[in-house]
Amino acid sequence: MKLDPKNTQRAAVAVLGSATLLTLTALIFIIVFVLEKGLPVLNWSFLTGAPQDMGRAGGIFPAIAGSVALTVLAVLLAAPLGVGTAVYLTEYTRESRLTAIIRFGADCLAGIPSIIFGLFGFILFVTILKMGWSLLAGGLTLALMILPTIIRTTEEAIKAVPLSYREVSYSLGATRWQTVYKVILPNALPGILTGVMLGVGRSLGETAAVIFTAGSSLRMPASIFDSVRTMAVHFYLLAREGISAENAYGTAAALIIAVLSVNLLAYWMMNRMVAKRT
Amino acid sequence: MEIRENRLEIKDFSLYYHRTKALEEISMDIPEKKVTAIIGPSGCGKSTLLRSINRMNEMIDGVLTEGRILLDAENIYDRSIDVVELRRKVGMVFQRPNPFPKSIYENVAFGVRMGENKQAKGRLEEVVERSLKEAAIWDEVKDRLQRSAMELSGGQQQRVCIARALAVEPEVILMDEPASALDPIATAKIEELIFKLKEKYTIVIVTHNMQQAARVSDQTAFLMLGKLIEYGDTATIFTNPKNKTTEEYITGRFG
Repeated sequence: MKLDPKNTQRAAVAVLGSATLLTLTALIFIIVFVLEKGLPVLNWSFLTGAPQDMGRAGGIFPAIAGSVALTVLAVLLAAPLGVGTAVYLTEYTRESRLTAIIRFGADCLAGIPSIIFGLFGFILFVTILKMGWSLLAGGLTLALMILPTIIRTTEEAIKAVPLSYREVSYSLGATRWQTVYKVILPNALPGILTGVMLGVGRSLGETAAVIFTAGSSLRMPASIFDSVRTMAVHFYLLAREGISAENAYGTAAALIIAVLSVNLLAYWMMNRMVAKRT
Repeated sequence: MEIRENRLEIKDFSLYYHRTKALEEISMDIPEKKVTAIIGPSGCGKSTLLRSINRMNEMIDGVLTEGRILLDAENIYDRSIDVVELRRKVGMVFQRPNPFPKSIYENVAFGVRMGENKQAKGRLEEVVERSLKEAAIWDEVKDRLQRSAMELSGGQQQRVCIARALAVEPEVILMDEPASALDPIATAKIEELIFKLKEKYTIVIVTHNMQQAARVSDQTAFLMLGKLIEYGDTATIFTNPKNKTTEEYITGRFG
């Protein structure tokens, strides 16, 4: 049976349209489901209070602090390293077997399940390097986990900077580093931020890698050597051990709002930067 | 002391791209404070030759060179030459206007900011003004120096790009078909500008537009398949070429 172009067109619109609709529905369903169950629990004292009785009562402030601290630490460690690697791969080396291997390695790293990272972090940072369950060990583990994403997105962003900018910069007597620092990085910044924000999102939502390395202490961390519990871990433990379904949903709602805000903020920042540059 | 009239001398210069010979033993003396045009059919190597003068070809993988290019009697391919320094002496204007997505002021100031000339850095505003005036664009942009250069028309952008090249005070300016992306009026302005700039600078221009070469240049080099076929006074080349291929090309028999 042969379809005429008009009908193929109609079929394509129907198929592609419903795929989009299905994606959107899934997203909206998850958000509405979590918020519906969680929002009633969310209030100021829940967000700012300390948990009591293992989280059966009280708030989740230490978990919020833990999530923020861990994510910030991971990004602070991974962003310079990832951006540096990407700059080196794109601007300082010629394409060779070595760069191909490095890239392949980064891609493989990106595909490793997070629990493996957790196990690795536990063995290396927690045990061998004697960091114990701590912010530091968790931050390092998360940094390793989000590093490949940052490298690859930064690389793509750098490659998207027009060749003519580089040519002009060099033709005006700029050095390689000046060209990277003054021309390439500013123009690649929106793309680099996308990678960093993906990393932030992944860090915020991570449980498996974190529970093995940062632990699950419910106390406020005082230094990077203290164990912390993130919102995601808190949610997991509350739900898993049947401590409080109500508070679990409250935590989930807070987490989802945090992730959405991070994404919206990133989106807004990128639009502003792109608008400023045209 | 010997007075050098030819600041720029190309001597038996060859360039290989992977295994293909893109330029074959080219020798030509480029006179100071004159406009030298390089013409020839597409793919003849004219841009490659131009880009050899500020070593821009090094950005491409698989390029090898032989022979010498002398600037002020120094071989620019010598190992002792700092390529960053060379590019400050030999400025370049590209085919498409390519301002940075920054303000007009920052575009022109870029080269000075990257350099080590403290004096020029201290008088940055003056340098920007002088360069924009030299590029005959000052009157059009003086009230909007802080606006993005991307808002300007193509012709204006190209003159800002010329000002940007002038700001680092080069001796030689290389122009790679600087008007090919512009309309006739903007092209005329660029040509007028080239005429004015040769009072101060040595200019080498690549063009596929033969009328343009005849209008703006003092010397013309005709390149074909990587070989220099004929080189001499523009008037002679266009009215009385010695070589039959040159004649055929400039009369439009091929190209």
